[in-house]
Amino acid sequence: MYEVLERSEIFNVHKMVIKAPEIANSINAGQFVIIMGSEYSERIPLTVSDWNTDTGTITLYILEAGISTLELARMKVGDSLYAVTGPLGIPSEIKHYGTVVLGGGCYGIGGIYPTARACKEAGNKVIAIIEARYSPMFYHEKELHAVSDQVLYATVDGSRGRKGKVEDVVTEMLEKGIKIDQAFFMGCAEMLERCSEATRPYAIPTKVALNSIMLDGSGMCGACRVSVGGETRFACVDGPEFDGHKVDWKELHKRKRAYAEQEIVVYQSYSHECLSEKKLRGEL
Amino acid sequence: MALTTKERMAIERHRMAEQPPDFRNRNFEEVPYGYTPEQAVAEAQRCLSCKKMPCVSGCPVEIPIPEFIALAAEEKFAESARLIKTKNVLPAVCGRVCPQETQCEGQCVRGKKDIAEAIAIGNLERFVADYERENDLMEVLKIQDKNGLKTAVIGSGPSGLTVAGDLVKLGYKVTIYEAFHRGGGVLVYGIPEFRLPKKIVEAEIGALEDLGVKIYYNSVIGRLYKVDDLFHSMGFNAVYIGVGAGLPIFLDIPGMNLNGVFSANEYLTRSNLMKSYLFPEYRTPMIVGRKVAVLGGGNVAMDSARTALRLGAEKVTIVYRRAREQMPARAAELHHAEEEEIEFRLLSSPVEIFGNEGGWVTGMKCQRYELGEPDESGRQRPVPIENSFFEFDCDQVIVSIGGQANPLITKTTPDMKVNKWGYIEVDPWGRTSKKFVYAGGDIVTGAATVISAMGAGRRAAKAIHEDLMKESDETFTQGWW
Repeated sequence: MYEVLERSEIFNVHKMVIKAPEIANSINAGQFVIIMGSEYSERIPLTVSDWNTDTGTITLYILEAGISTLELARMKVGDSLYAVTGPLGIPSEIKHYGTVVLGGGCYGIGGIYPTARACKEAGNKVIAIIEARYSPMFYHEKELHAVSDQVLYATVDGSRGRKGKVEDVVTEMLEKGIKIDQAFFMGCAEMLERCSEATRPYAIPTKVALNSIMLDGSGMCGACRVSVGGETRFACVDGPEFDGHKVDWKELHKRKRAYAEQEIVVYQSYSHECLSEKKLRGEL
Repeated sequence: MALTTKERMAIERHRMAEQPPDFRNRNFEEVPYGYTPEQAVAEAQRCLSCKKMPCVSGCPVEIPIPEFIALAAEEKFAESARLIKTKNVLPAVCGRVCPQETQCEGQCVRGKKDIAEAIAIGNLERFVADYERENDLMEVLKIQDKNGLKTAVIGSGPSGLTVAGDLVKLGYKVTIYEAFHRGGGVLVYGIPEFRLPKKIVEAEIGALEDLGVKIYYNSVIGRLYKVDDLFHSMGFNAVYIGVGAGLPIFLDIPGMNLNGVFSANEYLTRSNLMKSYLFPEYRTPMIVGRKVAVLGGGNVAMDSARTALRLGAEKVTIVYRRAREQMPARAAELHHAEEEEIEFRLLSSPVEIFGNEGGWVTGMKCQRYELGEPDESGRQRPVPIENSFFEFDCDQVIVSIGGQANPLITKTTPDMKVNKWGYIEVDPWGRTSKKFVYAGGDIVTGAATVISAMGAGRRAAKAIHEDLMKESDETFTQGWW
């Protein structure tokens, strides 16, 4: 079950194509899965960036950011994941909006693809905006180009597209008077907040895909709770997409840092394990 | 030689030996060690085998209690366990988690004057079931010939396992869909290891798989498949919904989303299912609180409090709105919690959780309550005392005040009736308003006990069998003519 069929890496974003035919058959744009590499792993939520019902596979892009994603990154073709649960969350609302902007950073570059595709199929003008630190860090571009009327780039060092980030491109568009009927953003919480602030003055309907800490993904634990418009909502069952202008970002940023200290502990223990493994193998 | 009533009356109740409180409060091993065979026989001999069998009427699944105790008294432990299993497929579980004092033992004539003198029915149930399992005497149950009908069970908690066990024995092909990566539902994510060792649940699930029950893990029904898909694309003839606990309730007070505030579901799932008490070997992190406050007075609150202690908390305080006598927790859990020096702040309810700049819990403010007139549950209603507040420091708050119905299945099954709280409406046999869909356990009743969920499962299995047999007779007749 859940065999890894394809692996590649673009800087520290890892592409993983996994055998999961039931999920491939039932998933819709905007939904996610929760995966565990081994029975010792954390359950971590990941957006599904693509799927194929013929091959029965789903595609994930995993940002290597901590121990769990590092352990996933070490998995090879032929290995199997211990658990893949999904699809979870409510699909993106797809309809004929007019002009749709989809902004993605980090894992969101791949993550926005299914929603872009669905928006295109629904007859929208699709503008994808993707950001990275510098130009070689982009990925999944061919696919994104295929479903977008325009793909705009932003890089921190200016090596491709506009120097800056997604929100700078959005602001520029809005200042030029380009009409945006709906915006979707996916990436780290900081990016989501900045992008939401960029569309707020123009009252552009803005959906952000939140990636708060999750455990079960079926609404049972409340770990992923976020305040949206003064109400507590669960990102796993009420989201993951919410109105970016109503999210309490300050609270979300704090909640996302809850386990920062434990991340260090587990990382240290991991490096220690690696050292002992190496010693055992006589490499040290 | 049979004992006389007088001789039986002379035997005192046998307490189970336990890990001492100041030792067990830092480990996750089970608290009571269990009876020795000698203790079990002696305890069983205390039973007067009274004709009226009030204990049986106190049992939600009507286990033939005097009979299984009589077998235990004759040292026929495995036979005793098998007799229980004709009514209750999970005796090793129920012996540990049932609220015996309000059920079987509460009705025992020997406990009339003092409940502590009732026959230790739960302890005996646990002993015979453990004996059977630990000595590899678990019988592979007889299964009727396959009848060609397929049933789906959603959720592998107590009610789902009961339905699956009953139906597979009747010859049905049974498939369980479980949302988590391990089976057992609340028995594995909720109830801690020190109260219910997970190997017991694994053995029970293994036994069901040996009978041919197929379990699909990681399958969230309502998302992966809708109930209608189970009939139309997957070809099931009946579906049982036993998805259990729903969404946790948080209080509507300031500070509920601070870091360090957990639902009991999250706290216990981290520790039990994800084994974060073995962090970092198991990767799921757990923040260890120094001063932990637990809100609520049920078993889940006790489990959370005692887990916090074992994880390393210096002080754990239960904050409960009513009085001790009104706590819904099992007597044994309360007793164990008190022995482990958990502090109880009764007749108190938080009005605010304080936090620091970083968004972490630092303390709470509570209002004092007093008992007023009885409410609809018959318990005296707690009434807030005006201007009577107190504050105390804590760095973690675990909210264990119940839940509400999970809408994942009901929302995606619009032709199935739910009540105004979102729980599924069923007839006394578990039939929902949707044909060939049945439900039981917490998704019908709201938070209740393992045994009542099992009772609901048992009734639903009967209803499923009855309805499908009737249906197939009709189909057969129609085809024939």
